[in-house]
Amino acid sequence: MDTIIELKDVSFDYHDERAHHILDHFNLTIQRGSFTVILGHNGSGKSTLAKLFNGLYKPSAGQVLVDGMATDDEQYQLEIKRRVGLVFQNPDNQLVSSVVEEDVAFGPENLGLEPQETRQRVDEALKIVGMYEKRFSAPHNLSGGQKQRIAIAGILAMKPECIVLDEPTAMLDPVGRREVLSAITRLNREYGITILLITHFMEEAEPADRVLVLNNGVVTADATPSDLFSEIDLLREAGLTVPQTTLILDKLRQNGIPAAKGVISVDACVDEVYRLLHANPS
Amino acid sequence: MLNDLTFGQYFPANSLIHRLDPRLKFVLLVFCLVLFLFFNNNYYTLGLCVVFVFLVLLLSKIPLKMYLKNMKIILPVLLFTAVLNMLYVKTGRVLLNWWIFEITSDGLNRALFFSLRVVLLILISATLTYTVTPNDLSEALERLLSPLRFVGLGSAVHVLSMMMTIALRFIPILVEETGKIMNAQKSRGADLESGGLTARIKALVPILIPLFVLSIRRSYDLAEAMECRCYNGGKGRKRMKQMTLHRRDYLSLLAVLLFSAVLIYLFYTSKGLV
Repeated sequence: MDTIIELKDVSFDYHDERAHHILDHFNLTIQRGSFTVILGHNGSGKSTLAKLFNGLYKPSAGQVLVDGMATDDEQYQLEIKRRVGLVFQNPDNQLVSSVVEEDVAFGPENLGLEPQETRQRVDEALKIVGMYEKRFSAPHNLSGGQKQRIAIAGILAMKPECIVLDEPTAMLDPVGRREVLSAITRLNREYGITILLITHFMEEAEPADRVLVLNNGVVTADATPSDLFSEIDLLREAGLTVPQTTLILDKLRQNGIPAAKGVISVDACVDEVYRLLHANPS
Repeated sequence: MLNDLTFGQYFPANSLIHRLDPRLKFVLLVFCLVLFLFFNNNYYTLGLCVVFVFLVLLLSKIPLKMYLKNMKIILPVLLFTAVLNMLYVKTGRVLLNWWIFEITSDGLNRALFFSLRVVLLILISATLTYTVTPNDLSEALERLLSPLRFVGLGSAVHVLSMMMTIALRFIPILVEETGKIMNAQKSRGADLESGGLTARIKALVPILIPLFVLSIRRSYDLAEAMECRCYNGGKGRKRMKQMTLHRRDYLSLLAVLLFSAVLIYLFYTSKGLV
């Protein structure tokens, strides 16, 4: 696997009274085709990081490279934004048009594609996120999860290499969260798009192949989800809420029951408890 | 009363009028407005205009009730001006003379033409907004104004249509947000429904300020999201939906031209009444 995004010695601050650096000499490499989750509580610098990935923010020092192009180089601005799409937290604030398909077409239209090409990409993107039937609807008549999927389709229509999602589920109900997460997972598994999911919901790290924990602008853990979730103390230190499933099994282990480590999803937890019950009928 | 105001809304239906090119519809509307106002001064032209508008309404397949709802609102204004017209025009044959009131044939005609012209204008304009989505309307305007790029106003036209698109997108959000803020302030004990006019206007301040602050924040977010979708002021932008004129558009244009020819003929051959 080759590298798609590389942060080299990046520092960032907001040039105001908040004198401290949000990020200080930060290094990170993202592999093409990977699914990375960045976990962090509020104010850990994760939203700043999201905006650094596609050049929306420029580093105060150091370099952010997307396929070798520096984000502070003016000539690559559009190409970097096409390759690295960014989806934000509030779906209402990122939809431009009051007709779904026109909104999805906004990106490709800006790229100056031919109308037939745009049309084809819009239809394809809407089908991938499962919103093709709603293509003539108005966004304000849709649920939060549906709106967020349309925002993802809008990015998808630009045929990006990588999609960065900054807390895409924070404002959604459980149903909406599931819809959006399964769409994101499918994009990675079936279409090979590099996914960078920034969140503070730990359960959302489950489908990832790499989890980073960000605390005050420093990566405090970098591991696979199952390895990471065995380290309950580390997660607590980073100000994150440990999933109840992980906690239950941890309690069992403390009481001398040999429960497996690193279980995150409810289904896997149920299976594990079932297995334990059958192994120890007492 | 505002619920009766259907003017400016879009009513989806599958009709000839709906399928016409929005640019053409807009141009034809302006053309018809001119005809109704300036080439309409006798019973023949008036009758022809009424028949024409009635045909357009039928072709739009929108229930006549929708159109009539608009009339309900302007009816008082229409009646008032009609009565004034009737009483103030003193020329022509005297039809009725009672106490200080005198109704003449000219006065009656003036009232009739004035009211019917307004009714026709409203009906035909309503047809446009009923059968074109706001988005299509803003796009049609952008395309109609696009020749302005030759005098260096291309980006102004683009900005105008982008603003219309975004405004249409955010109106329902702002309405919803206003409701939320009002409820939030009420739950803190704000009194919005009692007191005199000044008290009520003052009570609006704690609603408007958060609404403005939220809108400005929203616009920052939207600007960033648009930048992330490669927006750079409309340079090199190609729209997905192309507008092309079909056979039905040319036929409609022909029909309207025919109507205008007959109307203008009648206008010049008959004696004007107003």
